Formats: sequence, C-alpha cells, structure tokens
Amino acid sequence: MNESAIRSLRDLPSSHLLGAGTAMCAGCGGLEALHEIYDVLGRKTVFVNAAGCMTLLSTYPFTPFRSGWLYTSMASAPAGAQGVRDALDILLAKGRIGPQEDMTAVVLTGDGAAYGMGLSATSAAIERNLDFLYVCYDNEGYGNTGQQASGATPHGARTATTTSARGYSGYKKDLFAIWAAHKPAYVATVIGAEPLDLAKKIQRAASLKGPRLIIALAPCPTGWDFDPKLSVDIGRLAVKTGIWPLKEYVDGKVTHTRVPHPRVPVEEYLKLQGRFSHLFEPQRNAAFLAQIQAEVDDYWRGVT
Amino acid sequence: MSRVLLTGNGAAAWGARLAEVDYVPAFPITPQTEIIETLASWYESGQAQGRLVTLESEHSMITAAAAAAATGVRVFTATSSQGLLHGMEMIYTVPGWRVPFVLVNVSRAVATPITLEPDHTDILAARDSGFLQIHCATCQEVLDSVLIAYRLAEDERVRLPAIVNLDGFYLSFTREPVEMPEMDAVRRFLPAFDPHHLEFRASKPISQAVAALGGSLYSYFRYEAHLAALQAVPVYDEVAGAFAAEFGRHHPAVEAYRCDDAQIVFFMIGAFATKAKDAVDRLRESGWNIGLVRPRLLRPYPEALLRRLLIGKQAVVVIDQNLSMGKGGVLYSELASVLYGRAGAPVLLSFVGGLGGRDVSAEEFYEMAKLARQAAEQGVAPEPRLLYTGGELRELKKLQAIALSERRELGGGT
Repeated sequence: MNESAIRSLRDLPSSHLLGAGTAMCAGCGGLEALHEIYDVLGRKTVFVNAAGCMTLLSTYPFTPFRSGWLYTSMASAPAGAQGVRDALDILLAKGRIGPQEDMTAVVLTGDGAAYGMGLSATSAAIERNLDFLYVCYDNEGYGNTGQQASGATPHGARTATTTSARGYSGYKKDLFAIWAAHKPAYVATVIGAEPLDLAKKIQRAASLKGPRLIIALAPCPTGWDFDPKLSVDIGRLAVKTGIWPLKEYVDGKVTHTRVPHPRVPVEEYLKLQGRFSHLFEPQRNAAFLAQIQAEVDDYWRGVT
Repeated sequence: MSRVLLTGNGAAAWGARLAEVDYVPAFPITPQTEIIETLASWYESGQAQGRLVTLESEHSMITAAAAAAATGVRVFTATSSQGLLHGMEMIYTVPGWRVPFVLVNVSRAVATPITLEPDHTDILAARDSGFLQIHCATCQEVLDSVLIAYRLAEDERVRLPAIVNLDGFYLSFTREPVEMPEMDAVRRFLPAFDPHHLEFRASKPISQAVAALGGSLYSYFRYEAHLAALQAVPVYDEVAGAFAAEFGRHHPAVEAYRCDDAQIVFFMIGAFATKAKDAVDRLRESGWNIGLVRPRLLRPYPEALLRRLLIGKQAVVVIDQNLSMGKGGVLYSELASVLYGRAGAPVLLSFVGGLGGRDVSAEEFYEMAKLARQAAEQGVAPEPRLLYTGGELRELKKLQAIALSERRELGGGT
C-alpha cells in the first residue's frame, strides 16, 4: 500500500497491479474502479469473489491478480472473507505465520450479489464486526447475464427484463443507507471516473479496522447501451448531475465528498445511454424526465 | 483410556476437541445444536482452544469453513437436514477447492412435512457432491470417525472434505459408554494439519477456485476430484488400520456382522443397523444363516469390498431409510449397480422404512428375512416395498377423524 497520504492526482500510485487482457468488456467502469482500488490497496489482499462479471477475471489458468483470489458463490462472498480473516487471525495468534504474511480480505461482488442475494451475508458480516473490505461494482443490473433488472436498477431504465416504454418500475435500493444503518467502520460511494476521490476513500478505508464497504458505480457500455469511449464521461456526469452522490459514512456521520454546484441537468447523463432512450424517442417524455430530475433535486435539498 | 457416557452429539464434539480443530463456523439446527453448544462452552471456559463463529446460515457457514481451510487451519462444522439442504450449493462447491475439513451431519428427515426425527434423505442429497461420507451406528463410532475423517480428508492423496453422519435423536441424544482416547495417542494418529502450500499468504500469491471455461478444462478438474475420492478407498483402509493399531478399535469401510456363513444378508447404514444386528442374533438362534453388511464408507463407495462380501450370498435385503421420489431406495440402486451382471450375485430385495424416525420393528426384520428366503428359492425378487402397517394407517385415520370431529364441534367447515 502507498503509505503517504493521497492529496492530489500526482499522489496516485503509479503501479498497475491488475494485469491486462481480461475478459471484461471495453470501457468497463467496474474494471476501471478495480484497477484504481487495487493500486491503493496493494498486493497483500485476498479478493473473495461472488458470481458476477468479475468472476471471469480469473479463468484457469490465468489471473490478472498478483495476490490472492477465491471464488465462492453468488450469495456468500462475505462468509468467505470471514473464513479467510478468521483463519489468518488464528494463524497469527498461534504464531504459525508472522505478521508479514497477513493479508486484507476484500470481497468483490457486483450489485446483483450486494443488493440482493448476498445482502444477508453482508449484514451478518457487519454485525460480527468482520475486519474486511467490501467492494461492490454497481452496474445497476445483472450485467453478466445480459443486464436484467436488479435491486440496483434505477427507476425507468430499460433492462433485458423491463423493456416497455416505462422501463424499470422499481427504485434503486439505497444500499449505502442500508449498510450505514449497521454502523460499520466505513461506507463510501466512489466512481472510477473520479480517481482522486476514490483513492482517498480507499486509503482511508485501508487505514481503518472492521467492516469497510465501498460501492463503485460502474458505467457499463453493454448493459447501459453506450459507446465504450464514453465510459469516463458518463461516470463524471453521474457525479455532476448529482445522480451518483459521492459520500462517506464514518463515525456515525455521512459526509458528501463532492457537492456538484451547479448541478448539470440529469438529461445530460440519461441521453447518452440507450437504456434511457425511450425517454427521448420517439418523443421526449418531459414528465418522466422531470420526475427523475425532481428526485435528484429532492436528494440534494436534504444535503447540508 | 477412560470410558464416559456420551450422547452422539457429545461424541462428535469430543471428536472435534481431540482433533484440536482451530475453527468452528456454526449455525444452530435441531438436532445438531448440542454439538456447537458443547464446543462453544469449552472455548468460552478455556477448557479447549478454538474459535467458534456463528454465521447467519448454513450456506455461509460452509463457505466460511472451506475458506478457512483454504487458508490453512483445521476446521470443524456441523449441521442437519434443512441446514444441509440450505447449504447444498456450497456442499457441491467446496470439494472442488480440494480443502480438507470435517462436517458432522446429524441426519434428520427433510420437509415436506417438516419434521424432526431422522432418516437419510438429507445426507444422500450430498451423495454426488465430492464430500467423503462416513456413516456411524454408535456413539463410539462418531468420536472415532471424526478423527479418522480428518486423517483421511487431509491425506495429500485425497484432500477432500468429509462428512461424518449420525442419526438424529436415536444417536444424537442417546447416551452410550464411549472410550475416550488419550490426547497423546490422538496426536500420534492425527498430526497437525499441513495444508501443503494451498493457503493464502502475503508472500505466496495463489488463486483458488477459479473459473474453468470449456468442457475439456472443466472435465479435467471434475475427474481429478473423482479420482481423489476413489483414491480414498485404499487410503481409508490404511487410516483405519493405523487407527486400530493406535486405539485397538477397528472401523472397517464396511462392517460385516456374522456374514461368513450367511446366506441372507441385511444391508443398512446408520444407527438402525443395530436393530438389524439384533434381528440377526435372534434369527440365528432360530437356525437362520443370516448376517448384516453395513457400509460405513458411503463415499467413496467401497465397491470391491462389497462384491467380496456379497457375491455368493443367496439374497440381500436392502433397507433404505431414504426415499428417492419416483424411484425408491437409493442404497438399493447403488448396490444393484455394484452387483449387476456378476456371476453369483444375490437376489436383491428393496424395502424403504424408518422414514422420519419411524421404527423398523423386529417383526418387520423377520418378515423381510422370510421374503428374502422365498426370493432366493424362487430366484425372483419381489417388488420394492414401503414399510407401513395396517395399524399405523388406522392410527392416522383415527387422528383425521378426531380432527374432523373437533372442527365440526367448533363450528368449522366440513
């Protein structure tokens, strides 16, 4: 891990721990975030993975990781981290390994596992005060199976299972609030398109003990239907429009690390993505767009 | 060595204590709870050193167990019935990690109807998973089998997790005298776990349980695990031999009771096999040449040994305390596959009984023996039977009648 405090882009690690040539799609916002997170965390990590896109990172006999990897199942990656952490603690306590052999258990899952099937395992890991890091790459749908709607899908988005002009009828679950309600050591939202904010948060998380949970919004060219070259732009717009608030929870307090002002209209973010094209074509659905804008405005009205 | 009175659950906990397990991920379920409560109390009071963590489900419990084993510690865990089924995704997943640990399953019949007493449908659902399976009939066997299971699972020719199975209630809550092995002897028999470099360490990057895409790669790993499981047959014999040498108790892969001159043989697993033993003794008193064959090792299946014991017999009565819906008894099918087409193979009779803790009475054993003799004489096996008596059916009808009359009395519908 980079020991000195990260204050500017110049302080970001120049190492690139994650190898190239993976099976991820071009422009994958999740992979972008993982690259950045891994560089800050360093080599002494075991990634404990749940079923999702990133399961395909380590396919026999290749892996882009320079440290540990353990695939578990869709629902139980936090329990895998529990087993690894507990075993390392036992080995350390009994003197069977030295402290230099210790590693950080990092759960790596998509939103399908984090918002749904794996939520119970995560909740329990937090209540047991497990010393681990959870990284959720949130591409707002079951991306690996072709972007069906998940608990992370935003209202109105077209997915493979919500194809009508109304899109997804549900509302994106507030996983940040659900996690924070458990009072863990740390919760943060990040995005790969804002690498400095991300690196500061990962560094802060790495300096703490206990459950530390990160949700990285992961612009997904194939699932959200946009040109891969726009991935970073869309990520930045997610922040500038206020749709993806960058914030952290620590010591019982939520702090917004970036307050976009003035906020770019949400339309600018939505119109770049095929999953929202039904809001613009064949005609502009002004009422629906206004509703989405109003929800974002409402959120920020509550931010002091 | 001292003798103490222990329940089957207590014996399982003692097995884990004597194996000096490092880690116990747990989740309570009837009738297994006494095992984890016992271990928890030892760890809390400092009578034994280990760490017990209660997970939020068996699915997570088995994940944590395997992940800890993959990090290089000795792991013990236990479950039952619905819990085993809830964890089934991981039961099928973790043998491929090639991490040795021991899971005690306290057999209990599965829903529906939800119930408490035992049969073996739960454990047989894990049959094809890659877990080794040892089935016990006495409390002594439970304790001994936990120790045997660790040495077998951790053998580098095997490296697969193992399940030690005991029947809920009949064994889990029954106190029997158990010889308590000395710690020094256990340490001689079961040295500290050596993960053979399959472990997470900062200095040694390793990827475990990665995806393998394409049938060829996939098949390679599945065959490897299968061959390792088959390898566990001869390794089991070695381990059981070493156990007998150290402790003087022999636990063969298959127990053959009064079989040498037997013409008819009962074939069962688990605690109810002791009822079959009793029936064998009684029938022998009346001049029958009859015995019992009881596999302890069910996975891997000791096929050669079973052939050696059963070829040349006249008839084998397979009593399945499980039910594969739409097929019948699982042990029957398995045994048929071992004996089919072999010269001198006995006639096989199939009975399903003892579901949900239903007794298999002495009279039923005698009746099954009679049917076996007939079948041997005629050379034709009768149709498989589900053990259920007219008396039981009458009792059921009576209950229904009472419930109906109560409902009418209380003004409910018909």
